[in-house]
Amino acid sequence: MTVPLLSLQGLTKAYPGVVANDSVSFDIGEGEVHALLGENGAGKSTLVKMIYGLVKPDSGKMLLRGQPYEPAEPRQARADGIAMVFQHFSLFDALNVAENIALGMENPPEMRDLAARIREVSETYGLPLDPFRTVGDLSAGERQRVEIIRCLLQDPKLLIMDEPTSVLTPQEVEILFKTLQKLQSEGTSILYISHKLEEIRTLCDHATILRLGKNVGECTPADTSARDMAEMMVGSSLQTPQRETREFGPVAMDISGLSVPAPSAFGTALKNVHLTVRKGEILGIGGVAGNGQDELLGVLSGETLTEADAVKLHGDPIGRLGPTARRKLGVLAAPEERLGHAAAPDMSLTENAMLTGSVREGLEKNGFLDWGATKDFAERIIKAFDVRTPGPGNAARSLSGGNLQKFVIGREVLQKPEVLVVNQPTWGVDAAAAAAIRQSLLDLAAKGAAVICISQDLDELMEISDSFAALNEGRLSAPREAAGLTVDEIGLMMGGAHGMEVAHV
Amino acid sequence: MIRLEKRPQPSRAWSMATPLVAVLATMFFGGLLFAVLGKPPVEAIRTIFWEPLFGEFSFYYRPQLLVKGAPLVLIAIGLSLGFRAGIWNIGAEGQYIMGAICGAGAGLAFYPADSFLIFPLMVVAGALGGWAWAMIPAVLKTRFGTNEILVSLMLVYVAEQFLASVSLGLLKNPEGFGFPGSRNLQSWDSAHNAELIAGTGMHWGVVAALIAVIFAYVLLNRHMTGYHIRLTGEAPRAAKFAGVNPTRLVLFCLGTSGALAGLAGLFEVSGPSGQISIDFNVGYGFTAIIVAFLGRLHPVGILLAGGLMALTYIGGDIAQSNLQLPAAAIQVFQGMLLFFLLAFDLLTNFRIAIGKPEVA
Repeated sequence: MTVPLLSLQGLTKAYPGVVANDSVSFDIGEGEVHALLGENGAGKSTLVKMIYGLVKPDSGKMLLRGQPYEPAEPRQARADGIAMVFQHFSLFDALNVAENIALGMENPPEMRDLAARIREVSETYGLPLDPFRTVGDLSAGERQRVEIIRCLLQDPKLLIMDEPTSVLTPQEVEILFKTLQKLQSEGTSILYISHKLEEIRTLCDHATILRLGKNVGECTPADTSARDMAEMMVGSSLQTPQRETREFGPVAMDISGLSVPAPSAFGTALKNVHLTVRKGEILGIGGVAGNGQDELLGVLSGETLTEADAVKLHGDPIGRLGPTARRKLGVLAAPEERLGHAAAPDMSLTENAMLTGSVREGLEKNGFLDWGATKDFAERIIKAFDVRTPGPGNAARSLSGGNLQKFVIGREVLQKPEVLVVNQPTWGVDAAAAAAIRQSLLDLAAKGAAVICISQDLDELMEISDSFAALNEGRLSAPREAAGLTVDEIGLMMGGAHGMEVAHV
Repeated sequence: MIRLEKRPQPSRAWSMATPLVAVLATMFFGGLLFAVLGKPPVEAIRTIFWEPLFGEFSFYYRPQLLVKGAPLVLIAIGLSLGFRAGIWNIGAEGQYIMGAICGAGAGLAFYPADSFLIFPLMVVAGALGGWAWAMIPAVLKTRFGTNEILVSLMLVYVAEQFLASVSLGLLKNPEGFGFPGSRNLQSWDSAHNAELIAGTGMHWGVVAALIAVIFAYVLLNRHMTGYHIRLTGEAPRAAKFAGVNPTRLVLFCLGTSGALAGLAGLFEVSGPSGQISIDFNVGYGFTAIIVAFLGRLHPVGILLAGGLMALTYIGGDIAQSNLQLPAAAIQVFQGMLLFFLLAFDLLTNFRIAIGKPEVA
């Protein structure tokens, strides 16, 4: 066997109270697409941060082509041919593509030359991108291309990609995969981080599975079933939500002819949205981020007021009612942004339980607050949804993303809503918790609540939705029965097909 | 390398200790400053902090503490409600003046009648005057999105002009031999905010300040409005999601702080000061901003901070006359207090770490 491109040997990194990586070893060969698989908190991020020079390992060593490799900082890692595309983009909305890329370079060339190179790279790898477009106007998929091209301009030997498909439509995923395959055929190695098993099976040559910081197994994804990989990842059998066939009740929530102007320059206007959801039904709303998801949630939760008739609950107009009045009627919502929107970061969980629970849980009498009852409510949420925290007195920001998400969803579910609207309910949540959250949505619907689930995770939507619609540039496609929908049809509903082409391999 | 690291949770211990540490640091660096000026530092610090409370003439200074502290606390409590919600009323000085003018004017309209109703009427008029003056920035903000900091601040100077005008015209004492200024309310029993217990400095303003502290404490900790105020300050988007009406909150916060500042003005004009005059206002409205922050926007903290601020004022005066310290040095000293408070406040949410950063 030849010398691998990068060899990790016994990498260990401990943070106060937690061992993020416990003697992890594996090799990445030249031109190999290597998957790094694991739940949230399994230590994937820490591991790649060590490779990229952001974190220094406590012990263990790395060999790059057989030579000791100890990057002190990302700049050194880049100089050694290692590039990384982060899950969260670091782009300036107000600058154009070329300016953003120039900002990340040590010696940026003339803007005209840079633009020419961007065009060249984007054509070679089938990532269409206009260097002079303002980033604020780009879709999430296009922003990711900016990040990828930024990496490709360095001509990397190893490209690290952290959950690249979480924001893409199926068509965009396909294009990305073509690009990655082309890179691979040119000899570039790729370290691909994901927890989407099907993707890994199609794309990756080899997979390393992390659980609780340890390397718990390796496999060849093409020969291993998704279920087996998931079990290695979770360590126990995966709980697949069970759908029962249900009869739907009368229409609970009805939106007709709703148009709302964009709240800000980088927001999305809602255009002539129609939707109905019946009691007991789960309506899944797909679409790529930034196509009006936040705005739609605002309209449903009462944060954005509309014409009275545009939003109806059981036939009664509620478009002019604010969030408190809607909660009284049983319309509850859980926004996507956990810190700052669904919860106040510096407030305790008890105080955050008050945030939406005051009306329906009777935590307020004549304006005075019953903190005892609120604490009980918070404790009930923590218990029912297995929120890992020392107690309800802890600040929301001290919780991990997944735990806070469980709290936020639990807070609404326990209030027995008539209509529940959730946006990205399992974003950044580990597989076991995500399954629990989905199950709670299914249970809620089984008891007769209408649920609207806005999500970018299509697998999730296919798993729980009775009917499906997609948002594209503020327009909602006509809802269709979810059973029997194919991935292609969904992709077309999401309307992500324009402006793309497959790489000329 | 020394860095600041964000704490996962705000530290309770530091939150409590910060004011104390700030006072100690102020004593130390203030002492240094006095030493550089050629004055005995220990003696100066002792004069400022010890003399008013336990010195030879403390029987005179102690009541002064209440007289100076009460308006500061009363105004600061009102301001703190807005500050908690991110609504910045910087114009309490103007509301204080307008409260005094309206209150005194309402009373003087009945001069020289003798009725126990006059003083309560003045109190109401004073509160309304301050409230109305604060409503100007509030309504402009909610209607047209103007910046309440600028509008409320500029209205201070309008109020000062108004004060000069009524001192020379509308409220001028007809028996005052042409001097500017109104009748002296101290010599008219129906309108006099006299000491409740002679020789203690305890007047109705002190009572009002204590009630305001309790009111604010209950509001912030036990009432929905207070919860909404805190929520708006910490996470505006979450507040909107919770159903907070921002317009109502702006009107409530500015209105309440204006009314309390107006009350402070009324109690001052009818008590310690006695009359409306051109130089009636002495900056309580601005100092109260410092008091509000020194008290960490917490009602009990403000009560203590108001006392401390009054102490440095009185002690500063004593130090000026006894040790010939320049007035500017005393002001620097008071400024240091706020500076150190804000500086050490950082440690509530951050800790100092020494070494190389782990994660960029």
